[in-house]
Amino acid sequence: MCKVLIPALLRSQTEGKAEVEAEGTTVGEVIRHLDVRFPGLAERLLQDQRLRPGLGVAVDGEISHRGLREPVRPTSEVIFIAAVSGG
Amino acid sequence: MPSLSASPDGSVAPALRVVGTRPVRPDGIDKVTGRALYGADITLPGLLTGRVLRSPLAHARIVRVDTSAARALPGLKAVVTAADLPPAPDRIEDLGEGAIDLRYLSDNLLAREKVLYHGHAIAAVAASTPEIAEQALALIRVEFEPLPPVMTASAAMKPDAPLLHAGLKTDRMGQRDAAPSNVASQLRHERGNLDDGFRRAAVVIDRRFRTETVHQGYIEPQASTAHVQADGQITIWTSTQGTFAVRSQVAEVLGLPVSRIKVVPTEIGGGFGGKISVYLEPLAVLLSRHAGFVPVRLVMSRTEVLTSTGPTSGSDLRIRIGADTSGKLVAMQAELYYEAGAYPGSPVGAAAVVSFAPYVCEAMRVDGYDVVVNRPRASAYRAPGGTNVAFAVESVIDELAESLDLDPIEMRLINAVREGDRRPDNLPLARIGYVECLQALRQSEHYRTPLTGRHRGRGVACGYWGNWGGQSSATAILNPDGSVSFNVASTDIGGSRASLAMQLAESLGIDYAQVKPRIGDTDSVSYNDVTGGSRTTFATGWAAYDLGQKLAAEMTARLAQRWEVAPESILRAGGGFASGDRRVDFAEASKLVCEDAPLMVSTTVHPKGYGAAFSVQCADVEVDPDTGKVTVLRYTIVQDAGKAVHPSYVEGQMQGGVAQGIGWALNEEYVYNEKGELLNGSLLDYRMPTACDLPMIDTIIVEVPNPGHPYGVRGVGEVNIIPPAGTLANAIHRATGVRLTALPMSPPRVLAALWEKSGYRP
Amino acid sequence: MTPRKKTVLEFTLNGEPRAVLCEPQQTLLAVLRDELHLTGTKEGCSNGNCGACNVLLDGVLVNSCLILALEVQGRGVLTVEGLARPDGTLHPLQQAFLDHAALQCGICTPGFLLSAKALLDENPTPTESQVRYWLAGNLCRCTGYDKIVRAVLDVARSQSAAHATPPPVSPA
Ligand code: FES
Ligand code: FES
Repeated sequence: MCKVLIPALLRSQTEGKAEVEAEGTTVGEVIRHLDVRFPGLAERLLQDQRLRPGLGVAVDGEISHRGLREPVRPTSEVIFIAAVSGG
Repeated sequence: MPSLSASPDGSVAPALRVVGTRPVRPDGIDKVTGRALYGADITLPGLLTGRVLRSPLAHARIVRVDTSAARALPGLKAVVTAADLPPAPDRIEDLGEGAIDLRYLSDNLLAREKVLYHGHAIAAVAASTPEIAEQALALIRVEFEPLPPVMTASAAMKPDAPLLHAGLKTDRMGQRDAAPSNVASQLRHERGNLDDGFRRAAVVIDRRFRTETVHQGYIEPQASTAHVQADGQITIWTSTQGTFAVRSQVAEVLGLPVSRIKVVPTEIGGGFGGKISVYLEPLAVLLSRHAGFVPVRLVMSRTEVLTSTGPTSGSDLRIRIGADTSGKLVAMQAELYYEAGAYPGSPVGAAAVVSFAPYVCEAMRVDGYDVVVNRPRASAYRAPGGTNVAFAVESVIDELAESLDLDPIEMRLINAVREGDRRPDNLPLARIGYVECLQALRQSEHYRTPLTGRHRGRGVACGYWGNWGGQSSATAILNPDGSVSFNVASTDIGGSRASLAMQLAESLGIDYAQVKPRIGDTDSVSYNDVTGGSRTTFATGWAAYDLGQKLAAEMTARLAQRWEVAPESILRAGGGFASGDRRVDFAEASKLVCEDAPLMVSTTVHPKGYGAAFSVQCADVEVDPDTGKVTVLRYTIVQDAGKAVHPSYVEGQMQGGVAQGIGWALNEEYVYNEKGELLNGSLLDYRMPTACDLPMIDTIIVEVPNPGHPYGVRGVGEVNIIPPAGTLANAIHRATGVRLTALPMSPPRVLAALWEKSGYRP
Repeated sequence: MTPRKKTVLEFTLNGEPRAVLCEPQQTLLAVLRDELHLTGTKEGCSNGNCGACNVLLDGVLVNSCLILALEVQGRGVLTVEGLARPDGTLHPLQQAFLDHAALQCGICTPGFLLSAKALLDENPTPTESQVRYWLAGNLCRCTGYDKIVRAVLDVARSQSAAHATPPPVSPA
């Protein structure tokens, strides 16, 4: 079971929980798994089978560039974050 | 793609020969002799001059555009309007500057139904001379139905505010409101219990702030030349931070395959984030095609640069922070309203991360709102979004420190984030050098020297920036004389040819002078992200390092074959190769291995571990009580650079970022009238710092190696623009007792605040 | 639109006599860049506010964007292309800008070099604040001016030191 931190605006989907546990070997699987427990969560995170534009994901403290394909281990921490760019 | 990993403990090779030195940049001679070619210097046989017709109104419906009189003008070769653009794709893509809606990008190039800001492009022409082009613009008739302009976030959020985009509905992380609005999106970071936190506070400061729209202010106006050949092949010469970003944007808005487009970078006269989005390139392509496949050059005037490109968001901010009696922060709350300009996409997301990133606090909430207004579409500007919010947060932190009678550096040390602590969005920080920077400032000669004199004060502030990695590609060609031709695609805005060549030389163990860097076009180097996000010396530096390793490995393999020994038996020392009693230096080795076959290696990297940047700054100011003018007497910057590859250019980034921050803090602002017309579209009235507005800017480079890079490098370019406004606001407060809550802190504003404090009524 | 009548402009450019056809409304900057293809002189604002277009006209610093080309009839113009010696030796200011890393993007550099030359021609031993005031007509957005000011002061110092001690006797 990995740990997933839920963004504040999505906590209405997770009964107010800021942190939940989930299963899966990739970020995509983790989201699918969570969506079973919290129906509608995936819809808030995904668009056209990808993370929504402007949304990023970090696994174990590193912002991923693989999105849903990013591998997740049972000890991992998954954080959904706003994607930010520089100048 | 190679798998990249630095030594896990972040240790850096003990003896660096090249990294850390200060050689002359490879392109230096061309740039001091006037030979370097920038965007407007490109000329081609038969080149036509293009011009753009821009909206005089801030907000209006376009009823009709009549170009018939212009088309009849002798010498006029082409006219294009939005009708010549393919239908705008309704898609969101990341084309170099974060996710952008292609509809908006297209609409910003040439207005379709509405103009949304003073300066919004409506039509473009190409002619054989500039005079004819300008005459043609005057002959284009545009019929408008004026609409009331919406100029600020607060005006845009009023319930009865006119809407810029009828279909825009607030997105709250994947959920859209039912009613249309000028608020494009909301985001929130939250942890802990805010109410509990504030209840525990001994002191709470709650303030509102306003910052104005400012421009990147690069000295070279946008300039692009395009030539469409009759077979459909397109070449674009342009001054840009990212050739591949230009290629993909042009391809998307014109509906063309990327394979038809070659983008050739010219030298670039400053960008600071403002030369990522395309403005001219697609127009030049359309004009070239319509003019009969002749090249067309478009160069902006300074007024166009100011009205129609760049700026970064003005903002309304509310910051509320509580601390206990020991100075520990117990609750932090921010509301950030960022003006995106005409289309969604302000940097409020980055601002929300920057906001409280330097501080440890268990109870935190940050709300960010992206608000459209009738100003030019905001684009990136050095650490986008950071300066606004840090001005506000650092002011409040200073006020807390003062009310608790704590030294401002001590206040920050008490609450400083360290490795493993989390940003507002919960991302944990890797190894950082923030505490080291605070300590270095506290021990600096500047900080230890008391400031004396009337109307003088010293301020301190800090800033965090996350940096970026991104994708980089490079190739290295070994020449038989031992030199290495080094092709990259990262455009060089501030000396990156030097810092990259140095890393390749270091990796190969050869002299810097043996590496010949060249910046290639999009057909000669594979994909590369923009020069931006403080990523080039880090990520393209990774590519340089990796190339060196690969080239040396291939040379070793070839020598092993030639010498009939196992490759593992070949040792490397001082750039040379040795096995048993055989020993060749790098040049000899090059000659030998090139005899067999030419040798070229290439690499593509996408490194993580880019490592965050912190900057801590201190300023002494003097405030003239009669005029309100603020003079900066002394300024010191402390920054964690990880490892400064070329310390002179690191210092230059630090000084340049601070100079921009000082301009933002003290003078720069877009001034609009009530009709939404920009009143200060020139460099006389848009007042950037000159040499006599600034003192020498002292720099202290702290080097806490970034474990994510072979030489410990972390990005340095952006973070330094974040602290200056807060630093100066705090210094002004200590000088005068007045706390300014709006930028710029220009003489009239400072004077008004001084008068208000003293009860004087003019 | 009928083209305006062109006039022959004869002047000395970087020490060489030049003749060029130009139109009466053309600025010196436009003629340098568009007719003579000397693009080292840059255009940042076209109205005298940035100094990127600075050149010396009979030794006097001017914004070439504010001068009509025909005003230089019979006079002498020095641009950045004329600063180095014909053998390629850089002017001390050019060398100092390189050594001090006084340029980042480099677009402002030609203008600064001409301004600094004009300053040192007039006042070989300026103070820091004199350098800053003299260079206030040149905008640089990249460097914060620190390294530019240091480069100019450095040249002033080494030149006045060179003058203080008699130059070595050259073999020629
Ligand atoms: S272009 Fe002449 S002063 Fe700016
Ligand atoms: S070096 Fe870029 S403007 Fe001066």
